[in-house]
Amino acid sequence: MAVSGRLSLERVRELLSAEVLWPCDLSTVIESVGSADLMSDVLALGWPGMLLLTGLANIQAVRTASVADIKAVVFVRGKKPGRDVIELAQQMGIPLLSTPLIMFEASGILYTEMCREQKIQAVGASRHESG
Amino acid sequence: MSQDEFERVYEITGRDFTNAGRVSTGIKDILKGMGIRPEIVRRVAIASYEAEMNMVMYSHGGTLTLRVSPSDVTMQVVDKGPGIQDVALAMQEGYSTATQEMREMGFGAGMGLPNIKKNADVFEIVSAVGTGTSLMIQVHIG
Repeated sequence: MAVSGRLSLERVRELLSAEVLWPCDLSTVIESVGSADLMSDVLALGWPGMLLLTGLANIQAVRTASVADIKAVVFVRGKKPGRDVIELAQQMGIPLLSTPLIMFEASGILYTEMCREQKIQAVGASRHESG
Repeated sequence: MSQDEFERVYEITGRDFTNAGRVSTGIKDILKGMGIRPEIVRRVAIASYEAEMNMVMYSHGGTLTLRVSPSDVTMQVVDKGPGIQDVALAMQEGYSTATQEMREMGFGAGMGLPNIKKNADVFEIVSAVGTGTSLMIQVHIG
């Protein structure tokens, strides 16, 4: 369900052509990404600090994110929750984004980018060790 | 209750999907405020949230009693029925009697009770049809 690496929310926004739903700090770095519509799966399999991609645009997505220490939520297929949900996320400090991409496409883009970041980091670490 | 113990009782209303999860986010804030380690807080919050959602989705409401001692966080979750017919079956991952409405809320995957058990150090469930279900969930702090 999840892949790890390092990405800023600003990079996520660019890659997914996403809209930011409240004025949050996009320099926040996320280290893993998971995709799920079932919040029970997020609670069972999610990692603390994860970015969640989901098609569930309701208040439970934000409450689940808060409970499971999810760092940010991206709604797919251009979905946007109601104003009350956005306000709750803002109170809780959970960034919300919305991308026009479908879940499969958004997941694929972030998976590829995470893998690329991992390789760059691995090469950098081996150069540092050999140097 | 001794001086170094904390106790709070929360009322949970059945079918109140708007407020579902509010008790658990409140519990998380209380435990964070007490300086309890983040991984312990997360386990308690997840177990609490699953129990709260179960109560909202399947029961006529009830109470969640939170007790914090220097060694443990304990939650006693007691609903007013209707009770679970086959507890062993309900404990199996993937088994669910959820309605479409519950699934639209992102729940009802049959992961609730197993996920509570996974996050607890001690877990007990007692249920009687017509009476209700009672859960005891304990997470060790130390």
